[in-house]
Amino acid sequence: MDFSASLALIVPEIVLSLSGLVLLLAAAWAGDKASSAISVLACVALGACFFLVAPAVCAGAAGPDTVAFYGQFRADAFAGFAKLLIYAASGAALVVAPAFFGRAGAMRAEYPVLVLFAALGMSIMVSAGDLVTLYIGLELNSLSAYVLAAFLRSDSRSAEAGLKYFVLGALASGILLFGMSLTYGFTGTTSFEGVAAALDGGLSTGALFGLVFVLAGLAFKISAVPFHMWTPDVYEGAPTPVTTFFASAPKVAAVALTARVALEAFGGHVDAWRQVVIFAALASIIFGAFGAIGQQNLKRLLAYSSINNVGFILIGLAAATPAGASAMLVYLAIYVAMTVGSFVAVLMLKTEDGEPLEGIPDLAGLSRTRPALAWCLMILMFSLAGIPPLFGFWGKFVVFQAAVEADLMALAVLGIAASVIGAYYYIKIVKVMFFDEPADTVRGNSDWAHWTLLAISTVFMSPLGYLAIGWLGALADGAAAALLLPV
Amino acid sequence: MIGIEHYVFVSSILFVLGVLGIFLNRKNVIVILMAIELILLAVNINLVAFSAFLGDLTGQIFAMFVLTVAAGEAAIGLAILVIYFRSRGTIAVDSVDHLKG
Repeated sequence: MDFSASLALIVPEIVLSLSGLVLLLAAAWAGDKASSAISVLACVALGACFFLVAPAVCAGAAGPDTVAFYGQFRADAFAGFAKLLIYAASGAALVVAPAFFGRAGAMRAEYPVLVLFAALGMSIMVSAGDLVTLYIGLELNSLSAYVLAAFLRSDSRSAEAGLKYFVLGALASGILLFGMSLTYGFTGTTSFEGVAAALDGGLSTGALFGLVFVLAGLAFKISAVPFHMWTPDVYEGAPTPVTTFFASAPKVAAVALTARVALEAFGGHVDAWRQVVIFAALASIIFGAFGAIGQQNLKRLLAYSSINNVGFILIGLAAATPAGASAMLVYLAIYVAMTVGSFVAVLMLKTEDGEPLEGIPDLAGLSRTRPALAWCLMILMFSLAGIPPLFGFWGKFVVFQAAVEADLMALAVLGIAASVIGAYYYIKIVKVMFFDEPADTVRGNSDWAHWTLLAISTVFMSPLGYLAIGWLGALADGAAAALLLPV
Repeated sequence: MIGIEHYVFVSSILFVLGVLGIFLNRKNVIVILMAIELILLAVNINLVAFSAFLGDLTGQIFAMFVLTVAAGEAAIGLAILVIYFRSRGTIAVDSVDHLKG
């Protein structure tokens, strides 16, 4: 594959990096008064990338034609599927931000630029075919995310969230890097294919250490138990639009990356990592469910909910089959819609003069004061709990089906049992909204952008979402087939 | 004769020191930044040692990337620390506890 063909495969990344750089200059030159124009242009860039990636996903691109720069970069359908979700979620994070930051006078022109660079980093992560590409993408995403967490400079909680995210994120990167250096040392190569080929003869102790360190570092990034402790603090402290972003796009990227590393680079030694993934999956489901009980802050509760959801996604990884990878992607698509919708609903809770509300007691009696918002939130909560007529059920269904097909019956049974615990706190929110005396603190009106996003995600989660099963499943199957699974 | 195992041993010690530096340090956030640098340098020793041992340049190129990213990481970490100090007036590790539950 020659240089120009390689360049043609990374057009979405080129568009993102050039528009990021140009908008950064524009932000420096025009200042904060241009922030809304820059947000719009950033959304346009993300939309353009979305449509640049879409054909490859629809066609199920796979094989040597998708490999750029001698295996450093892979523009296949698997990466494409994740990129579509990443660009959509990043766009949502841009759309919801002006109303939130505008009130504090904190809407700065750097926000859309940072989101663009984070999206570029995630794009590189999911396309990585080599440990070096993986590291560069991951760090580009992480460094932008640290700044975004601390974005609301006037709020000390935001600064603390940024500091915690930075320290624990840097530690995770260090652990991941140490694992990558051991993997390199004991296999003599950094490309995923090369690692898989070098480990064909057996897993040496050094390479096993590398595998464990790499998985631990990635578990930090997807906030799987036991590396989840930063999640509730960062999600609560970061400004809500940024939390919306953290809970959706980076999670997709990190999960897709974990799947690629585990299934491609270490795919010949499933037994070496399966117990670790099963443990992380069950622990995440159970800790996520129990941790959320007793939380009074909605953002914190949704953070535990995201830990819980990551557990379900990891069940698909534990299956280690194309069906499992496809189930992960379907779950991710549904999860992104659910979680963006839930955080947008949180953004819409505000007092008359626009001060944001985050407490669960503020939801009391919402069905009488704000019926439309309450019904949307109810659908999203039941969907997160996985209650059948809603679309959230389908994600859990395909994941458990993949686990059962891979002879992991015990894991599926335990997962289903633990998901019942999670239903408790989702239903508690519905109870507070529908059966408690109105607190009548939610009085502020929301702009059309919030309503539109909330309506889209609610319709997708309603039973109407089942109309999408056919093409969502076909796209995910095509994407999973693009992974190079050593048999 | 110093072999590859000596290098890996030294880098492992540095790595563990860095991780312990993050978790055991109760005083100052700057020390945490230093511990993070220690971890990244341990990784670099590993990469360069393996690169020389294997006769393969990839490890040294990787080490260059790590150095570059480490510089950016330190800059962003210090910037966040400045914002934190402005809002709290202290950078003691024990003060980073307003978010919990």
